[in-house]
Amino acid sequence: MASPIAAWRRFLARPNGDRVKTLGIAFLVAFCAALLVSTASVLLKPRQQAHIEAARQAQLDRMLDTLPGLRDLMLEAGVDALQTRLVNLETGSFATGIDPATFDPRAAAQDPATSIDLPPEADIAGLKRRATLAPVYLLESDGELKVIVLPVEGAGYQSTIRAYLALEADLNTIAALTIYEQGDTPGLGARITEPAWAALWPGKQIADETGEVVISVVRGQATTPYEVDGIAGATRTSNGVHNMLRFWLGPYGYGPFLETLKAEGL
Amino acid sequence: MSLLRHVTAPLIANNPVTLQILGICSALAVTTSLATALTMSIALTAVLCASAAIISAIRNHIPASIRLIVQITIVAALVVVIDEFLKAYAFEISGRLSIFVGLIVTNCLVLGRAEGFAMHNPVLPSVLDGLGNGLGYSLILLVVGAIRELLGAGTLFGQSVLRTTAEGGWFEPLGLMALAPSAFIILGLLVWAIRSWWTVQNEAPDFALRTAPEAPRQ
Repeated sequence: MASPIAAWRRFLARPNGDRVKTLGIAFLVAFCAALLVSTASVLLKPRQQAHIEAARQAQLDRMLDTLPGLRDLMLEAGVDALQTRLVNLETGSFATGIDPATFDPRAAAQDPATSIDLPPEADIAGLKRRATLAPVYLLESDGELKVIVLPVEGAGYQSTIRAYLALEADLNTIAALTIYEQGDTPGLGARITEPAWAALWPGKQIADETGEVVISVVRGQATTPYEVDGIAGATRTSNGVHNMLRFWLGPYGYGPFLETLKAEGL
Repeated sequence: MSLLRHVTAPLIANNPVTLQILGICSALAVTTSLATALTMSIALTAVLCASAAIISAIRNHIPASIRLIVQITIVAALVVVIDEFLKAYAFEISGRLSIFVGLIVTNCLVLGRAEGFAMHNPVLPSVLDGLGNGLGYSLILLVVGAIRELLGAGTLFGQSVLRTTAEGGWFEPLGLMALAPSAFIILGLLVWAIRSWWTVQNEAPDFALRTAPEAPRQ
């Protein structure tokens, strides 16, 4: 039995054209590269996550600034931030007993105890799993809802798109849609983050008179209050946003919650 | 002393961007401001030095048949690591550089130095050669970035230098400087200036100009 060092020397001494050496070097280089990349990725993850979290918070603040009169309303109500409440998506009512500050939506969506498997035919946003609870941000004054912000997410072209959907008090008019995280093609799909595209959303209606969710991202020119122009050259990103909204406003998303809220108020 | 030549030669005399015209894509894309140009320069120089060191160290054991794929694997791994570092420590700038850090993998400059120099030379000269080429690339990027930021926004590193009319000053920013074509123009002028100075860089024309015989008149 030769020692590993001697075996290693014999391997290195083989001619470079040798098949064993070629395969061995290819494997070793790939292995070391993979080790290096995964180590860096794992070690730096917490720092990157903190930056993304800060960017998300800043994005939410910026979105609040774009909503007309919202800051005045907040000033009137004497608050400097929106209230965070947890919603049980199954029952459609507010969840009690859990502190929203300690709730981590991404961890909850991974844990089988706090999430459900989505049936494939309902999973139009490509999420596979969805947490049972979801945080919503709202502003009320004198017990009356002024604005509510719903976090949504769905598969884009090559990344997960995460966004905030702000609804006005009638729960049918979009106040703003802002994408705070995505990794689609810069210059094409990534244009969903541009202010010009975000400006298309305010005032759009989610559901028609019969209550059916009809909001769409369409190719070409939007003609009705239920349609928003897609981005030319980024059909799959546009479809991703479309499916994301349809999913989260539907029966597996915030649909039941919005129904309850409309019927019973806060 | 002769080792130092590897660092100084690529600065201007054998500059990878202005003489060899390599790495142009990123030179156009990231030079809208000095901050992005500097970050990109540091990232590329780091990748060049590290890949030169690794490839040169194992050069005698890289089978010729798979040498390019081995080089690209090493370069790609280093680029991903640099990208992760930028995302962790320079989040805002890494967002502005978007895919261009990742595209260092396909930068001809990196593979060119690996294949052309590091594969045949010991570690120390290879690292110095990588450093020199990285600095040569950085120099051009910083010059183009400084010109574009100064004329396009009146600032350097985000600090106001020429007061723009929007701030109540006299300077009207040139919108063209914010667009990629302006980098082409500046780069072209740079190449022209350098080659007018160092005429040795001028190449013989590939085709001689020929005056066409005049068409017979009726």
